[in-house]
Amino acid sequence: MNFLNIMTVTLTTAGVLFFIAGTVGLLRFPDVYCRLHALTKADNLGLGLIALGLMLQADGAGAVLRLGLVWLLAILAAATTAQLIARSALSESPDELTRSAPVERN
Amino acid sequence: MAALIFDIALAGLIVAVALAAMLARELLAAIVLFIVYGLLVALAWVRLDALDVALAEAAIGAGLTGILLVGAAGRLSRGAERQQPGSSPSPLRIPFPFARLLSLPVLIAVATCIALLALTVSLLRQTPAQAIAVVPELTATGVSNPVTAVLMNFRGYDTLLEVVVLIAALTAVWSLTPDRDWGLVQGNPHRSQPRGVLEYFGQLLPLAGFVVAAHLLWSGSDGHGGAFQAGTVLAAVWLLAAMAGLVRAWPVASARLRMLVILGPACFAAFGVYGAVSGSFLLYPGAAPGMWLMALELVLAVSIAAVLSLVVLGVPRRVA
Repeated sequence: MNFLNIMTVTLTTAGVLFFIAGTVGLLRFPDVYCRLHALTKADNLGLGLIALGLMLQADGAGAVLRLGLVWLLAILAAATTAQLIARSALSESPDELTRSAPVERN
Repeated sequence: MAALIFDIALAGLIVAVALAAMLARELLAAIVLFIVYGLLVALAWVRLDALDVALAEAAIGAGLTGILLVGAAGRLSRGAERQQPGSSPSPLRIPFPFARLLSLPVLIAVATCIALLALTVSLLRQTPAQAIAVVPELTATGVSNPVTAVLMNFRGYDTLLEVVVLIAALTAVWSLTPDRDWGLVQGNPHRSQPRGVLEYFGQLLPLAGFVVAAHLLWSGSDGHGGAFQAGTVLAAVWLLAAMAGLVRAWPVASARLRMLVILGPACFAAFGVYGAVSGSFLLYPGAAPGMWLMALELVLAVSIAAVLSLVVLGVPRRVA
């Protein structure tokens, strides 16, 4: 296994770990805003690491640039939709922010 | 070996997501699972080396149908709220009819499916692939992608009728208009926060979408792409700009809207008539068939984009 393949496997595994963390967050976090936070982390970093790992296997500058463009567009879409979902959740139930505040443990 | 494991996992995932979409208790969850199903099927097409179909499945099957279903779900819940005002907008529940699974119609349907599958498999073993006959004739068509050659040249009649079917779908949407609203602009007017996230997105993404659509259209001749895929990307970014409140559709009664909608199939049909007069129906002029094919694909993509956007926008509505 040459250096490129090892780097690809490492980067894509790290990306998959981020996606697993994001999915666990989606399933376990208490409210919409925390879940959005987890999902955007998974989208940006996880996809970025996977794209980076795949760039090392690409043949030619065109494929590398296309992978980078995919990552950029995915980040843009994820950030925009996270903002819009959070804003609509806030306008629907503005008291939920205080309701799911963390409980003080003594 | 790794490819086989991936294929088996993908097939299992497709069946699992399809079952989850059927058994989901909330309407929105079912729609989201359907979109995921569309993307997984697009991956399956990639594994089968049918990249043009994969592009079309991801764009139309997953993307556009998903938007249509989400819009329909929104209208359904608003309609339910209007009928029982005051009730909280609860997600629509669809109980899965487990008791009906063993009834006679279901059994007949399952038996028919199994019989059709067996027949298809037996036919696959007998007839050779038609692709072998197409490849030697490709140079005469001017394009080197066999899918585009079949769609636009050898079976151009089918593609012409497919676009006419799209216009029929648009006419079906138009037919749902109440009489007093006829001729107005389709869909609700959208607004977004000025200098907000959606407006920024709606200004930025159409630029990228335009380039991607042009690339899909151009690469359809040699690589993978084509008019339907490019038209769907154009429709998607136009709809995004419309949802950001940056553009507004033309009224249904306007002539330029109707010209835009029928531009593609009209040019295609004009080609057919010219061919019928000078040779045979839908025959490209001999000098540069590839160039005429690309010009037709461009016009078709514009028409497909217009029709798909209008279908998603919905019924003409009076702005209160």
